[in-house]
Amino acid sequence: MIRFLQTYGMQLISKTGQHLYISAAALGLGVIVAVPLGILLTRMKHGANAVITLAGVLQTIPAMALLAMMIPIFGIGSTPAIVALFIYSLLPILRNTYLGMEGVSPAVRDAAKGMGMTWWQSMVRAEIPLAAPVIMSGIRLSATYVIAWATLASYIGAGGLGDFIFNGLNLYRSDLILGGSIPVIILALVVDYLLGRLEATVTPRELR
Amino acid sequence: MLLSMEHLNKEYPNGKLAVDDFNLQVDRGEFICFIGTSGSGKTTTMRMINRMLNQTSGTIKINGKDISKMDPVKLRRSIGYVIQNVGLMPHMTIQENIEIVPKLLGWSKEKRAKQAVKMIDLAQLPQEMLNRYPGELSGGQQQRIGVVRALAADQDIILMDEPFGALDPITRESLQELVKRLQEDLGKTFIFVTHDMDEALHLATRVVIMSHGKQVQVDTPNNILRHPANEFVTNLIGEERLIRAQPNILSVSQIMLKNPVAITPDKTLDDAIDLMHSRRVDTLLVTNAEGVLEGYVDLDDINRITDATTPVSRFTNREVFYVQASSLISDTVDRILKQGVKNVPVVDAKKHLVGIVTRTALVDIVYDALRGAPATDEEPASPINADIHAAATHEGGESSQ
Repeated sequence: MIRFLQTYGMQLISKTGQHLYISAAALGLGVIVAVPLGILLTRMKHGANAVITLAGVLQTIPAMALLAMMIPIFGIGSTPAIVALFIYSLLPILRNTYLGMEGVSPAVRDAAKGMGMTWWQSMVRAEIPLAAPVIMSGIRLSATYVIAWATLASYIGAGGLGDFIFNGLNLYRSDLILGGSIPVIILALVVDYLLGRLEATVTPRELR
Repeated sequence: MLLSMEHLNKEYPNGKLAVDDFNLQVDRGEFICFIGTSGSGKTTTMRMINRMLNQTSGTIKINGKDISKMDPVKLRRSIGYVIQNVGLMPHMTIQENIEIVPKLLGWSKEKRAKQAVKMIDLAQLPQEMLNRYPGELSGGQQQRIGVVRALAADQDIILMDEPFGALDPITRESLQELVKRLQEDLGKTFIFVTHDMDEALHLATRVVIMSHGKQVQVDTPNNILRHPANEFVTNLIGEERLIRAQPNILSVSQIMLKNPVAITPDKTLDDAIDLMHSRRVDTLLVTNAEGVLEGYVDLDDINRITDATTPVSRFTNREVFYVQASSLISDTVDRILKQGVKNVPVVDAKKHLVGIVTRTALVDIVYDALRGAPATDEEPASPINADIHAAATHEGGESSQ
């Protein structure tokens, strides 16, 4: 263990950094796209099912295949990996945003409008804060997925902790496999915990 | 005219006419209740006032300004809005909830905080409650906040859509008192949608009864109880309520005969007998030159006097039982019956004679109530009765329907 850290310590840190970077970028993109899209879907009910089904279909594409499909478009490196993981992150965020916004009581929406809030004010002051806990739990779920799947990104040259695992597999070295897997698990747990804390803080006191 | 609604129509895309030629003029300080069965268009009509819905045709004016030419967001900020499910923001404190519209209007923080305190006092709730969340309050307390929130930016018109429908009867009553007080003390104008007839009759200055998008009757609660426009209204009010309402709600002035037969004390016995004969009555009320009631003369008393020139003042019976015109019949009926008199003069606050109530008139009220309609088709049993019917018909003609 100590010898492993002495040999691969620096590498471990830089790979973890890469791993985090890829995951965070994919998740960030996912949030930027899926949250507004989910909100938009609540405003046009007939489009909602189609879009959510499409996101579900994208989710079923095998991860390896999706990564490979990115190479002709984006080449190799971290960009195709981020795009592929971004696609994976969409569904949980999209679905939870949609459900969260749908779950806002019609009375609240009616009152907000009736008191003279504009569409934007109603969103920012009433509906999004109320839907925030559900949206956050979608983001949290996506984060864990993305961190786990980011290991595969090393397959297309994006780096990350997957490098250890793939090397370990090629060289029949279980220490490398574990040296990659355990940090991924720890990373996923830590991020999940942190996002869980965030979820709690955005939850209105009364709804807890 | 604060609010004027003219020829309002609301047609849904499927061709259903939800509101059909609705007309109403509302004065400042009125309390208007829209009542009807579900699907009668009462909520639809109310929601057109703050443009939550837009009418298909017709105009709504507030203070003479056509609201269809106003910015709907600004319009809504100037009109209070209370809904059945309260609509408090669960993630905001009570204070933040009360301050929503003032904040939208850009009031300063100090002004908003002051207003929140004022409003919670108005709601008769403790000020500590400002820091609580809606979920920590009871349903009744929440709706109290809902009501005062609608006044927080000093709105003149308050729209309420079945605001107390989900509350238990006791809580509902205390909230009704709250809104009634706000209307009477602050001069706010309420448009109140309900399907509870008791609520409408209790609160409203005028009731708008709707059915299938049409106005069936627009009138004061009293007139609606006494002259339901048709069978629909009668059914909506309910037999029981009609019977109960008649003696309870009517004041003496509404059932008395106006212009009772009266004589001044300086007239003679001859004059008195002539007057009795020509008006076919056996009792004359005696009033002085200013019309103040002094007593009465009875045919029995007159019979014992032989001198035809005796002045009326000599045989006036001064121990006269009378009632105030403003007193309620229910309070008066017992007293009239216990006195065992045939007729009771009615006076105003300064004891001026304004009318007379006969025992037969009281009997008629009870009878009308039991039958649920005025007894206009009955043969008059006596000349006094005939007068009562004439009076009843006359009043019927006055009320607009």
